[in-house]
Amino acid sequence: MATVKVLITLKPGVLDAPGQAIRQGLRALGYEVEEVRVGKYLEIVVPERAAGEAVANAASAEADEMCARFLANPLIETWQIAALPGGVGSEPPS
Amino acid sequence: MIWGVVTFPGSNCDRDCVHVLRDVLAQDVREVWHEHRSLAGLDAVVLPGGFSYGDYLRAGAIAATAPVMVGVREAAHRGAVILGICNGFQILTEAGLLPGTLLPNRHFRFICRDVWVRVETTRTPFTQGLRVGDLLRMPIAHAEGRYMVPAEVRAQLENQAQVVFRYVDARGRAVPSANPNGAVGAIAGVCNAQGNVVGLMPHPERCAESLMGSTDGRRLFESVAASVLTAMAGR
Repeated sequence: MATVKVLITLKPGVLDAPGQAIRQGLRALGYEVEEVRVGKYLEIVVPERAAGEAVANAASAEADEMCARFLANPLIETWQIAALPGGVGSEPPS
Repeated sequence: MIWGVVTFPGSNCDRDCVHVLRDVLAQDVREVWHEHRSLAGLDAVVLPGGFSYGDYLRAGAIAATAPVMVGVREAAHRGAVILGICNGFQILTEAGLLPGTLLPNRHFRFICRDVWVRVETTRTPFTQGLRVGDLLRMPIAHAEGRYMVPAEVRAQLENQAQVVFRYVDARGRAVPSANPNGAVGAIAGVCNAQGNVVGLMPHPERCAESLMGSTDGRRLFESVAASVLTAMAGR
């Protein structure tokens, strides 16, 4: 199997109301914060259908399609994908 | 004519819609479970408000993948009348049956109060029985109602009379203070290019009896009933 890690964030310029509320909270606690942008993080485990690096590449391509069709709203969000062999909790090679 | 009201896991205005259609307006109504794939035989379909699938991922996103949406798509394609109220509107945009998207409210608060909307076009079955400029008082109850659409698409919507309802003040003016959630162009409801699919954030089913303080919402359902019967007579 392979694990795909997906990070979805709002496009620049899209008003992030939760981000603004969180920034306000951080400021209330005394932190100097310019801006907070809230996103979503997903770990998706897919079956292995190829070997080695090809697993990660195939999983990345499929995850990209998942984002475009369902996981993200392309009108307002962008996404980054990292695919790793193994199950959830796999660490990227350092 | 036959109406269908769809229930998704987490819908909470489905019973209200069935009540208004069946008990107040004496319509023939079928209750449709989200696992049904076919809506054959239905003339009008309501996707009600609520919090389908807990609003996980994005409001309406998971409901847009439900089996019943195959039937909704097919019904929309054959010209049946489709109405999305609140969460139903969010589902229709997520399913790509209506343009644009609904974002968290400008002030990031759940808003539950009456608003005024102005009828902007009579080309949809829901507004055929009304006049452009008519004012309706209806309640809103949402956290994600800030309508957003890219500028070029918005221009297209305005030019093709796809903006159906706009938030206004009690005198019918689209002033900033009358826009509860920060929606672009104060847009409260839109329709598809053909005009048979309509989505709006206010709840017409919550203001269809005098007991509820306003009967303005009833006019939308009555308009559909009249327009579908006219279309049937013309067949």
